Amino acid sequence: MENIKEIKVADLRAEAAALSEGGKHPLSAMFGRDETALGKGYAIYVVFEIPEEKRMQILKTALPADGDLRYESLTPILPAAAWYEREIQDMFGLVPAGHPDPRPLVLHETFPKDFHPLRKRASKVDSPRAKAGEESEIRMSVAHGEGIYEVPVGPIHAGIIEPGHFRFSQAGESMLQLDAKLFFTHRGLEKVMEGKTPQEALPVVERICGACSIANTWSFCQAIEKIAGVTIPKRAQIIRTLLMEIERITNHIGDCGNIPAGVGFAPAISLGGRTKEMMMRLQERLAGNRFLRGVIIPGGVAMDIDAGLQQDIRETLLKAEKNMADLAKMFAEQENFQNRINTTGIVRHQTAVDLAMVGVGARASSFAHDSRRDFDYGCYPALEFAVVTQKSGDVAARLAVRIEEFRESLRMVSQLLDMLAVDETALGVEITKAAGEDWGISESARGSNFHYVALDSDGRIDRIFVRSASYPNWPALPIAVQGDIIPDFPLINKSFELCYACLDR
Amino acid sequence: MFKVLERLLHDKIATEDITFSGSERFRGKIQGQCPESALAACEKACPVGAFHKNGIDYRRCLFCGRCVEACAKAAGAEAGIVHSAEEAMPYLLEKAQEVTADIIRQKLGRSLHARHLDAGSCNACDFEMGAMSNPIYDLHRYGVHFDASPRHADMLVVTGVVTRNLEQALKMSYEALPEPKLVMACGACAAGGSTYGESYAIVGAADKVVPVDIYVPGCPPRPSAMIAGLLAAADILAEKL
Repeated sequence: MENIKEIKVADLRAEAAALSEGGKHPLSAMFGRDETALGKGYAIYVVFEIPEEKRMQILKTALPADGDLRYESLTPILPAAAWYEREIQDMFGLVPAGHPDPRPLVLHETFPKDFHPLRKRASKVDSPRAKAGEESEIRMSVAHGEGIYEVPVGPIHAGIIEPGHFRFSQAGESMLQLDAKLFFTHRGLEKVMEGKTPQEALPVVERICGACSIANTWSFCQAIEKIAGVTIPKRAQIIRTLLMEIERITNHIGDCGNIPAGVGFAPAISLGGRTKEMMMRLQERLAGNRFLRGVIIPGGVAMDIDAGLQQDIRETLLKAEKNMADLAKMFAEQENFQNRINTTGIVRHQTAVDLAMVGVGARASSFAHDSRRDFDYGCYPALEFAVVTQKSGDVAARLAVRIEEFRESLRMVSQLLDMLAVDETALGVEITKAAGEDWGISESARGSNFHYVALDSDGRIDRIFVRSASYPNWPALPIAVQGDIIPDFPLINKSFELCYACLDR
Repeated sequence: MFKVLERLLHDKIATEDITFSGSERFRGKIQGQCPESALAACEKACPVGAFHKNGIDYRRCLFCGRCVEACAKAAGAEAGIVHSAEEAMPYLLEKAQEVTADIIRQKLGRSLHARHLDAGSCNACDFEMGAMSNPIYDLHRYGVHFDASPRHADMLVVTGVVTRNLEQALKMSYEALPEPKLVMACGACAAGGSTYGESYAIVGAADKVVPVDIYVPGCPPRPSAMIAGLLAAADILAEKL
């Protein structure tokens, strides 16, 4: 792995502050690793993006396994570190001293307080329970004052959606404060994959999240291919990039059809739903699975997209384009819809930078974060496309970014199909067994998707860390809702379209 | 306003009859006989232990295609198994095996109220469940509705492996259902529980926590398979009432 700097624990905060340059270099990820089997301690990796050089810079520090497990928290200087540090505390028992909110994040009440599953000592399958009466309490953060009341919602919601608990502190109809308790669907997938070969882990990677299977498998395979030191053939790159843009188109259409559901705008929901179904069926024709599972494999792709399917893609997208144009027109013409989405759920530019937000959420607050431009991977360096941004940071901005990006993705698909038609390279290369560590990145429909993988000398996974796009954007939601009325919460929530499954893992 | 009216007037009815055939590449039910020589390779290739020489455990099957691939590699021209795209709905298990077009026709006008519970899914099942309400599948035409509370529902539809963090929510939701009640385990996680293997954070399949009446295989099941499952449930409920 390139650009990794080992530093002392005492220097972590100063080094991180210097590297961040006030948010110019976003904090991309932060995670722990148990290296006791290698005769070392517990390591902490802090990953920064250096977009102007199209690379990452990684700081690595280690705490002795039998010594003091505290380190100076980065959160007071880098708010984006808040959740990462809480996760490391749960998973490895490393304590961020001076953290403003050190509550457990991932492991809920039923787990014993001293249980740290990602330590190598902890068994993969044992599932210890806190003794009765000794359960930890995850106290929800609420506002106090005369007339303030609480509204608890979830983890089971009224609609067909994923589980999370929201606690609103209300001043009349206005949301004064929101605290979210998440990680209900935590399945321990990082531990599950330890000891597996990349090939064995692939079905799990594909199932971290349903809606982002191309993004997850691509980041994962990129890391594996970098460790093995192989370059995949151009045709495989074209197909991966093509499927990624198709996955983005499907998701953006789905979101454009789902945001109006936040206000009960039925004709738009219906048109969006029909168009998304069209895309799901196209995806099944391409991959044999409606969520594009089974195509990306380490070393390349498992299936070709021949001339017939290329034509199918063109024809389907032509229909989708017409429907989306009409949908956009419906939005623009409907005044009461515009009323609801404008100035609702605002994320300010500085908030987006401070939280190192990614994807649609960042770009709607004029923070132009896009891995397709910031890193060299896939066919993106050869493609013509614009990074779409909006200034207002509200629901309307996030909707507008998606509509505009849909058009950009169509442009990219068209270029990729032209490339595919004349390309005659192979679908993949053999991956030889290799040891080492590296990372992979891809821009999912929701934003940048980061994977870190370390393989041991048997070529088996020693550590994998998955940071999906929803991870850095979740903390922005409670900030965005402040001051809005509670009936707008579903609308604001839908405009972020944050995924629980790939956050919780 | 004009665009809304224009589309309302011009669009034809989008709702389709439910069909169970998939596209050419669709990985549906596994058909054919695996030659003796390839059995071991196929069994080893299955990531969830669903492949046995006596048949396939469709509760667990991810329809990933690895056994078919391993069979082709191990047995060459002798390889006898393929994924069927024709019968894309892997049959429903347990009490609902006999779901046919006739039964589906009889169900028109029947009423079933279901409550969805994500017990730890990857959200693919949940997206497909949401798709059942789109104009193409239009679940409501069968008299099936999703409720906002388990207290209003006849049936709990569970997706995902039950996680430690959601075990209590599943138990409480089940208890909140009025009698007679049904549970449907939807998708390989809830039905088989082996999608990810064992983990400190996973309890297992839905039937480890609550009694399950109906299993819908698939990873995820297609919306048409889910609808067939719901209609079969309406039938079971009619018996219980």
